[in-house]
Amino acid sequence: MSVTITVDGRELEATEGETLVEATARHGIRIPTLCSSPEHRSVATCRVCTVRVNGQVVAGCTVPVRDGLTVELDTPELRDLRRQVVELLFSEGLHNCPSCEKSGFCRLQAVALDLEMTSSRFPYRHPRREADRGSARIWLERDRCILCHRCVDQVRDPDTGDRVFAMVGRGPGARIEIDPDRADRLTDEQVANAVELCPVGAILHKGRGYRTPIGQRPFDVRPVRERDLEAAVDD
Amino acid sequence: MRGSPGSRGYEDLPEAIPSTSGRERSGDSLYRPPEPGGPDARRCSTGIGADRTRLLDMLWDLQDTWRYVPEPVLADLAPKLGTTLLDLRETASFYHFFHDRYAGRHTIYLSTSVLAQQCDYDAVLATLERETGTLIGGVDPSGAFGLFETPCIGLSDQEPAMLVDSIPFTRLNSAKVTSIIAGLKAGHPAVELADPEIHDSRTVEYVDSLVESNLRLPGVVFFRPDPYPESFVERLLTRPPEEIVEILAESELRGRGGAGFSTGVKWRMVASAPGPERYVICNADEGEPGTFKDRVLLTRSPRQVLLGMIAAAYAVGARHGILYLRGEYSYLRDYLEQTFEEFRARGLLGTGIGGRAGFDFDLRVQRGAGAYVCGEESALLESCEGKRGTPRVKPPFPAQSGFLGLPTCIDNVETFAAAARVLEEGSRWFRAVGTEDSAGTRLLSVAGDVSWPGVYEIEWGTTLGEVLEHVGAPDAHAVQIGGPSGVLVAAAEARGRRIAFEDLPCNGALTIFDPTRDLVDITRQHLDFFVAESCGICVPCRAGNVELRDFVARLQAGRASRADFARALACADTVRRASRCGLGATSPKPLLSTVEAFPAAFEAKLVDERGPLLASYVEDEAVVPADVYRSVREGRR
Amino acid sequence: MTEPQVEPRVERRRLSHELPATPASPELRAGREGKIRVATISPCGCWGCNLSMLDIDERLIPLLDKITITRSSFTDIKRITERAHVGFVEGGVANEDNIETLRHFRENCDVLVSVGACAGWGGIPSLRNPIGVEECLREAYVDSPTAVPGAPPVVPLHPELPLLTRTVRPCHEVVHMDYFIPGCPPDGDAVFAVIDDLVNGRPVSLPAATRYD
Repeated sequence: MSVTITVDGRELEATEGETLVEATARHGIRIPTLCSSPEHRSVATCRVCTVRVNGQVVAGCTVPVRDGLTVELDTPELRDLRRQVVELLFSEGLHNCPSCEKSGFCRLQAVALDLEMTSSRFPYRHPRREADRGSARIWLERDRCILCHRCVDQVRDPDTGDRVFAMVGRGPGARIEIDPDRADRLTDEQVANAVELCPVGAILHKGRGYRTPIGQRPFDVRPVRERDLEAAVDD
Repeated sequence: MRGSPGSRGYEDLPEAIPSTSGRERSGDSLYRPPEPGGPDARRCSTGIGADRTRLLDMLWDLQDTWRYVPEPVLADLAPKLGTTLLDLRETASFYHFFHDRYAGRHTIYLSTSVLAQQCDYDAVLATLERETGTLIGGVDPSGAFGLFETPCIGLSDQEPAMLVDSIPFTRLNSAKVTSIIAGLKAGHPAVELADPEIHDSRTVEYVDSLVESNLRLPGVVFFRPDPYPESFVERLLTRPPEEIVEILAESELRGRGGAGFSTGVKWRMVASAPGPERYVICNADEGEPGTFKDRVLLTRSPRQVLLGMIAAAYAVGARHGILYLRGEYSYLRDYLEQTFEEFRARGLLGTGIGGRAGFDFDLRVQRGAGAYVCGEESALLESCEGKRGTPRVKPPFPAQSGFLGLPTCIDNVETFAAAARVLEEGSRWFRAVGTEDSAGTRLLSVAGDVSWPGVYEIEWGTTLGEVLEHVGAPDAHAVQIGGPSGVLVAAAEARGRRIAFEDLPCNGALTIFDPTRDLVDITRQHLDFFVAESCGICVPCRAGNVELRDFVARLQAGRASRADFARALACADTVRRASRCGLGATSPKPLLSTVEAFPAAFEAKLVDERGPLLASYVEDEAVVPADVYRSVREGRR
Repeated sequence: MTEPQVEPRVERRRLSHELPATPASPELRAGREGKIRVATISPCGCWGCNLSMLDIDERLIPLLDKITITRSSFTDIKRITERAHVGFVEGGVANEDNIETLRHFRENCDVLVSVGACAGWGGIPSLRNPIGVEECLREAYVDSPTAVPGAPPVVPLHPELPLLTRTVRPCHEVVHMDYFIPGCPPDGDAVFAVIDDLVNGRPVSLPAATRYD
C-alpha cells in the first residue's frame, strides 16, 4: 500500500512495511548504514542509521514505514550523533586503514568518510585481539571487527544450515568466533560472499589479497553514498 | 564410578565433584552427578530430553557437576541437541555463572554492590582471599575455592553478602567469613553452614534461615494473608476471560518492571494475538542493583504471585508458563516448586483447573545464570529459549511474538501479585488507591544509610520526604530511585516530590546515601556495572559506556578538563538515545542524573588546562622508566 | 650475570629548539615580513606526509608569495625562529623527545594541523601499543634473531636517547590540535586545500578526495 512520509520537510511516497532506510533510498535520500544494506536486513546493531521519527530517536533500519511518519535526518544534532557512533568504533577497535587489505572495499571506512570524520574524539584504545587463522580459507582479523552480526546471521553451512560464525562473551569482551570445520565446508562462492558481507576487514579470503589494486576498489572510485542509492534503485 | 574420567578423552578434566548445592530432594536419592560424556543423560530421563530450549538447565547441570562447563562435554552434547559446539559456547559464554575453566570445588561470589562497598567489604574481601588462598577472580592451587566478584545479589539490606555454591551468606564480617571457610574446609556443605538446623529446602523456614525478609511495612495490596486459592480460582472462573482483562484494564494497574505499561492492555493484546499457543511468563530476574522486593514477595507471598499468573493464563488463554528466577535466587527454587506442587495437588495447576474442563495451565521455573540484561523482557525470552540474553528488535512485541514466537504475556513478580489482588477486590477499589496516573501501591526495597532497611509498601503518590522519614533517613543527602537505571536526586530538593509515574517513577529500589558518601565514585561504580552487563551487540552501549566510565575515572584522578566533561555528557546523550534496548538507554543515567542533581560534586574535580599538554596526558606516567629497560636487559620478567 | 652496562652521565639532553642558531640576514628577514609563517615537525612519523606537502607541486610557487616556511625539513631549520601562524604535525608521540617537541610547537604556533595517520591515531608506530613496550624491547634487543649469541644484550638506554612512552599516542591526545588531515599519507591536493583555506582565511574544508589509507 502506498503511503506518504515526510523526510526533512520533503513529502515522499513509500510502501507500507518497507523500512525507512529502504523507502528513502528509492527517493535518492540516503540514511547511512553499516550492519544493514539493501541486500541484507540486520538486527540493528550499529545504530549508524539513527534518525528521529515522530520526535523519537530510533534506528532507521528497524522502522517499518507507516502513513504520516515525520522523519528528521539531516540535522546538525543527528549528524553529530551518527558521527559519534562511528568514532566510537574507530576508538574501540584497531582500524589501521593504511595496512588493511579491505581498504577501498570497507564499508566502515566509506561511511566514516561520508560522515566527514577526520579523527575520533574518543581516546584510541588500540586493543590487543587475537586473530584466528585456523580455517583453511578464512582469516578472521578481530582488530577490525565491529560485531555487526552480519556473518553470524548469514553465513551458513551449505548442507546443514549450521552457523559458521558466532558471538562469544559479552559486553566490551564480546568477540566473533569461527567454526573452522564448517568454514572449510563452505563453497568458494560462499567464502567470497562472507568477505563481501563483512563491512570491515575482519573476514578475509586467504591468498586473495590485493587482487584489485588500491585506488581501483569500489569505494575508491565511487563514494558509498552513490553506491548505496544505486543499489536501492536496482533492488 | 562417580565422575571418574572414562575412556572418552576427558583425561584433562578434574574429577567431577558432586554438587554441594544439591541437597537431597524428595523422591530422589542422593544427587547423582551425570555420567561424564553423557551430561544430559539424567535430564533425558526426566523430561528435558534433547530440548535445545532447556540449554540453561543443562549448562547449570554441567556447572554444578564439573564446577565449570567443559568444552569436550559441550562438544558431545551438541549433536544430541542437533547443533554445534560453537552454538553452545555462544550461549554458555554469555552468562556470568558459567565458567569455561574450573571454578573451584566451592564457588564463591562476593557481592560488589555499592552498598556492600559501604559496609565492611574490604575486610571481608581480604579475609576471603586469605582464608581461601586465592585472589579474587581466581581459584586456589588446591582447587578447593573459586572466588569471584558479582554485582548486587538482591541482599542490599543485609550486605556484605556472598553466594557460596548458590547458598547466600549475609551480614558478613571477618570472623564470620573465617568460620564459613573453615567449615567448608572441614567438609561441610555450604547449605549446612548457612542453615545448621537443616530445614527442608522446600519450606519457607529454609529460606528464612538463609536470608532476612525485613518486611517493614505491608500495605493493602501486598503481603496480605494468602487468599484461599480454591475460592480465588472459583471466582475467577465465574467470569469470562474477556471480563478479567477488562477488570485489569479498568483497574489501571501498570506494569512494575519499569516501563509502566497498562497490564490490562497488555493482556488484551496477548489474548487477541493470533497463535497456536500462548505463554505466561513471570519476570523474577530482579537484577537492578538495590532491588530485593521481588525476593521478599516470592518468599512471603508465592501463592499470590502464582494466582496472578493463573489469572493471566485464564485471561489470555495460555497453557504454559515460566517463572524466570534469577540465578542469584536459586535457593528459592525448591520452595517455589513446592508451591507449584501444592497447587497441582489441589487441582489449581495442571489440566482442568478448578474443575473447568479445558482450562489447563502449568509452569516451570527457569533459573537464570547471571546476566542483568535478561531482566529486559525480550532478552529474558531469548534466555528462556536457551540462547544468549540479547534483546530483540521491537516490534514485534512479546505480546505478539514472544517465547518461541508465540504470543506471550510477560509481567513482573509484583505485577502478577497486584493483579491477583485487583481480581480479589475489584478494579474500583484498586483505582481508589494511589494517584491519578498511578493506581495502587508500590513496593520499595529500601537500603543504604537508613535505620530500618527492608521492604515497604507505599501508596503511589507518597512524597519522598514522607518515605525518608518513615524509613529513618534523617541524614539523607542523595537518593537513588529505581537503582542505577533510575535517577539520583538530591534529598533536600526532592523531598516534596511524589513517587508516582507522573513525578518520580520508581522501579522498586530506594537507596539512600548520607553526606559522607562519594557520589562521583558511586557514579563510576554504577557505570562499571553497565559496562560489565552490556550484552555487547550495539555500539553506543558497548563502546560508549566504557568512555563514560573512563571519563569518571579520569575525573577522579584529577585529569579531566571542562572540554572532557562536555564531551562525556554529549556521549552520554548519544548512548541514551542511540542504544538498542532499555539497558543502553538507561546506562548513562548514573552520570546524567548525578550531574543534574549534584553538579558541584563533578565541577569541583574538573581541572583547568594549564599548558600546552592536555590535563588528561600525564608525561611522568606516559614515559617508560629507565628501570624497565634495565630489567629487560637483565632478563627479568 | 651480565655485566652492568655503563650509563654515561650527561647533564641534560638538549632539545632541538635549544640548539644554537645563526640569525637570519636582514635582507631575508625583510623578505619574510608580512608573510604567513608556516612550520612543520615530524615527531614519530616517516616524513611521508611532509613529502606530500611537496606534492603541491607548482602550486607551491605562488603560495610562497604568501607564506614563509620556518622550522621544517624543507628549510632544514631545526628550531622555531619566531612564532608561527600555522604548524603542521605529522607523526604521533612515541618518546620523551616527541612530547617536548610537540609541547614547544603548540606553544609557538597559532594553529596546529594534524597530518596523516600517525598524528591522527598513532599509525604504524602505534602497532606496538597492543603488544606492550617491554615485550617489544625484549623482542628487538634481547630475543632478537640477530642478537649476538653469548654477548650481553644491548638495550638502548642512554641519557642522550629519549625514553619511549608506554604507548604511542596521536597528537590530539597530548596537546590541542585544531585541524586534521587523514591519510597515509594524505595526498598533495588534500594538504594544499587546507593550506589554501588557512592562508585565505576561509573555513577549512577537506576535499572529497580525503582517504584514510
